[in-house]
Amino acid sequence: MGTQSVKTLILKDGKVLARSKAFSGFEPSKAAEETLAKALAKAKLTKLDLDHVTATGSGMEMALVSDSTVSMMGADARAGVWLFPTGRTIIDVGAEEARAVKCDENGIMIDFVVNERCAAGAGAFIEAMARALEVKLEEMGPLSLKAERASPINASCVIFGESDVVTLIHRQESKPEIARAVFDAMADRVSSMLFRLGLTPEIVLVGGAAKDVGFVASLKRKIGVEVLIPEFPEFAGALGAALTAANRVR
Amino acid sequence: MMKEDVEYWRWQEYHRVFSNKQWKNKDIITAGVDVGSVGSKAAIMIDGEIYSWGIMRTGSNSPESAVKALNWALEDTGLRTSDLKYVVGTGYGRVNVPMANKAITEIACHAKGANYIWGPSVRTVLDVGGQDIKAIRIDETGRVASFLMNDKCAAGTGRGMEVFADLLKIPIEEIGKESLDIDAEPEPVSCTCVAFAKTEAMGLLRKGWSKEKVLAAYTRAMAVRMANLINRVGLERELVITGGQSKNIGIVTRIENILGIKTLPTPDWRGDGLDPMVAGAIGAALLGKALYEKAQKT
Repeated sequence: MGTQSVKTLILKDGKVLARSKAFSGFEPSKAAEETLAKALAKAKLTKLDLDHVTATGSGMEMALVSDSTVSMMGADARAGVWLFPTGRTIIDVGAEEARAVKCDENGIMIDFVVNERCAAGAGAFIEAMARALEVKLEEMGPLSLKAERASPINASCVIFGESDVVTLIHRQESKPEIARAVFDAMADRVSSMLFRLGLTPEIVLVGGAAKDVGFVASLKRKIGVEVLIPEFPEFAGALGAALTAANRVR
Repeated sequence: MMKEDVEYWRWQEYHRVFSNKQWKNKDIITAGVDVGSVGSKAAIMIDGEIYSWGIMRTGSNSPESAVKALNWALEDTGLRTSDLKYVVGTGYGRVNVPMANKAITEIACHAKGANYIWGPSVRTVLDVGGQDIKAIRIDETGRVASFLMNDKCAAGTGRGMEVFADLLKIPIEEIGKESLDIDAEPEPVSCTCVAFAKTEAMGLLRKGWSKEKVLAAYTRAMAVRMANLINRVGLERELVITGGQSKNIGIVTRIENILGIKTLPTPDWRGDGLDPMVAGAIGAALLGKALYEKAQKT
């Protein structure tokens, strides 16, 4: 139950059967029902076939279809280690929140840090800057990779960042360099959160921002180590919740 | 004296000369130029007494804004830049003041300026600028004892207020009054981040909240943030507010309610009182006088 989208995943005997995603919109509970129905249809199952439904994410209490809930950090830890058994630090960068979780080999959370009150350092930052740059969100990443350097922008705040981007456009700075600056700024915020937690390898990156090549490149440059990214990074929370549900059935 | 014909929707640019005062060549005439992120302010002082000032929006070019603001403060005074014995630059663009003899941080200048405007009883200064907020503890001479600053985030700043003025389509000079035009104070918005607060505010408008109520919820959240900064630096009476938001009655009233004390009142700057937005420039000019005198002795 993310701030921007709801993701549902069905797990059977340790295998993912189906995934479904929808915008949270004004009624996240409805989005939850819809995605569950879609996932069930894909898996050729009915609600009655589900042994346990666990919800997670900032809107988890709005998932009326669920039997239980699990914290976002707990879900991230479980999913990260399930996807990559060597993963010990799981970074989750969503639309409006970001967190980093340190965990053991069983996917049990040891420690965590979060950023939930500030739009800088989350996907919202890229979105706002893409708007200011008049570039489509999905074009930001590829565009930034063309830059050789980054333009200077205020990294710490979406509001100041927006004015800086507008100033740079007026100065006719090139868009790739501004885009690169946006991702560098965001990587700065995420890595400072990460340094507070301590970098325990290996590093797993999940959440919607993990799909953005620009952000991934900037983050790697910033922390200087390789990061592992799963095929469906935005479903990590849902996967963690499903793994938790499986545990609760037993 | 006030240029009523020059009105901008954001806030009024104007200049003021106290024409009852006279300057002579032997006087120590100093200037302070405070180039902020939103406004550029210049003040001229004769032997440590305020003589004139000018306030205008900062353009994209800091040095140019500094020169313009100073020229405006000099207008109608008969003074030229060459008559100035010492010029101090301050504010966010202080290193870009071309005619400055020295650059001094705005913290020291606001402290000194607040002491000049309100007198020696001031111990705590909240300076709310365009892109940062500062809580400053000062002694009876206007010297800084300690300070805390929030400069990485738009929450509580003038820029954050502009975003809401834009969103709600209320002129920035009226948002204070409008935010008090409510039956009961609503809960503050839950997000202090301006970007998230904006989304939250749009949701509240859709729910049918009036513009004034939404503005009140936002102003409340920002006032809480400012009050927290004051409490962290340590509140000691008397408290004053400088910078652009000192003119936002919605902010001032709420800070007073939250802290449970009255601030020393904002002077009647539209009349013959001193403008708290010029506090930094006044402080800079005063510090300039002290530096000039020190240089003369050695």
